[in-house]
Amino acid sequence: MWQFFHKLGSPKWFFGIANRFMPWLLAGGLILLVAGLVWGLAFAPKDYLQGNSYRIIFIHVPSAFLAQSIYIMMASAAVVTLVWRMKLADVFVKSVAPVGLMFTFLALFTGAVWGKPTWGTWWVWDARLTSMLILLFLYGGVIALDRSINDEKSAARAVAVLVLVGVVNIPIIKYSVNWWNTLHQPATFKLTEKPAMAMEMWVPLLLSVLGLYLLFGWLACLRMKTEILVRERRTRWVKDLVLAGRK
Amino acid sequence: MNANASIKVQSAQRSVGVTQAMVAVFLRDVRVAFRQKQDLLNPLLFFTMVVTLFPLGVSPEVAFLKQSGAGILWVAALLSVLLSLDHLFRHDFDDGTLEQLMLQPQPLFLLVLAKTLAHWMLTGLPLVLLTPVLGLMLHLDGNSVATLCLTLLIGTPVLSLIGSIGAALTLGLRSAGVLLSLLIIPLYIPVLIFGTGTVAAAVEGAQVSGYLALMGAFLVLALTLAPFASAAALRISLSNS
Repeated sequence: MWQFFHKLGSPKWFFGIANRFMPWLLAGGLILLVAGLVWGLAFAPKDYLQGNSYRIIFIHVPSAFLAQSIYIMMASAAVVTLVWRMKLADVFVKSVAPVGLMFTFLALFTGAVWGKPTWGTWWVWDARLTSMLILLFLYGGVIALDRSINDEKSAARAVAVLVLVGVVNIPIIKYSVNWWNTLHQPATFKLTEKPAMAMEMWVPLLLSVLGLYLLFGWLACLRMKTEILVRERRTRWVKDLVLAGRK
Repeated sequence: MNANASIKVQSAQRSVGVTQAMVAVFLRDVRVAFRQKQDLLNPLLFFTMVVTLFPLGVSPEVAFLKQSGAGILWVAALLSVLLSLDHLFRHDFDDGTLEQLMLQPQPLFLLVLAKTLAHWMLTGLPLVLLTPVLGLMLHLDGNSVATLCLTLLIGTPVLSLIGSIGAALTLGLRSAGVLLSLLIIPLYIPVLIFGTGTVAAAVEGAQVSGYLALMGAFLVLALTLAPFASAAALRISLSNS
């Protein structure tokens, strides 16, 4: 167990493992996502209320899932960075933050596109939308802080502190935004109270969520590998690797 | 240095208790601030100016001001605290005082807490004291001004405490000011929501004790957790420079 733990901290070991896993992640992710999307977009039944416009759910919900879980993953990695000073953990946080930002943006954007036909407006100051917007700000702050500190080690630890402060605040923000929303405007329409989903819609949704998770795994590995190469560029194994690739 | 002297130094250091050290740090910050009075005045001027912009920019109508006055004052107070945060550690960082604080035998987070409380007393508290005047100018009635002052009294220390984390993280960086706002504003949102929400409830004639209790909970949470995060961030920032 402890040997595994030590190995996990070694960038070189991770590089090899990532190379072995990445094709599977990519293939699995693509197959599941394509299956989920084709099923959802072309074959799933129309919604009796929203017609075809609901089909954006097959992109919207997976992005929203990832947007939130990436922050949680970053927070777990931040604990590892601060406690065990494991190199890989801060490589993970750094590589994954822009991906999280992208998924948050995607969730907001698809939400706006979905809102136009169903609610008649691009944006509502609804509790869920607002807390997603704040999550976008949190990701933005993490990336901005990381980019403004030149020294790698202090950047990693400063970002870890910020991510942890953010994760303590997320429940408070979510709760207060919910509270604010019920105080200021009684909900006229509720996204949460949709009619129980039909199986034909639920299965493709599940497939696309799983597919996007796998694709995220692939993307995270890819970005982490790039970051590792940059950081370890002076080490023997990276030099050997690059020279071997040149032949 | 002979052994005798070093023992003496050690015992001299030990004889300064934690509370004593905190009081010393607090008083020092207050004294330094009163010797540079402009720094004390700036947040208050900024606060007043931001509040002035709203009647000029949106509408001077009594109905609008009555409805939005509390929100305007809260946002303006939040921005002035944000503006003043840069000073919290900057001077001490530049002249090396911060490094000396770190070398003290007393736990750093308690000294940071003392500094943050001094910061609140020098910026947050004057803002609260100025609020009734500005509230009057925004046509708020007595009841809402009283509630507003109370929420600001509980809320501004939370702003200082959360802000101290951001100030510590951005210490010594390029464009620290903008970065600080980017990091801290999302974390200020709950305080703002509950601060203005309490006043809105008071205007409607509802009981506000529950809301105030929640804000008090924020304050306790910030008091217990923020100094640890700021101290950790300070150590990182100083090892960086």
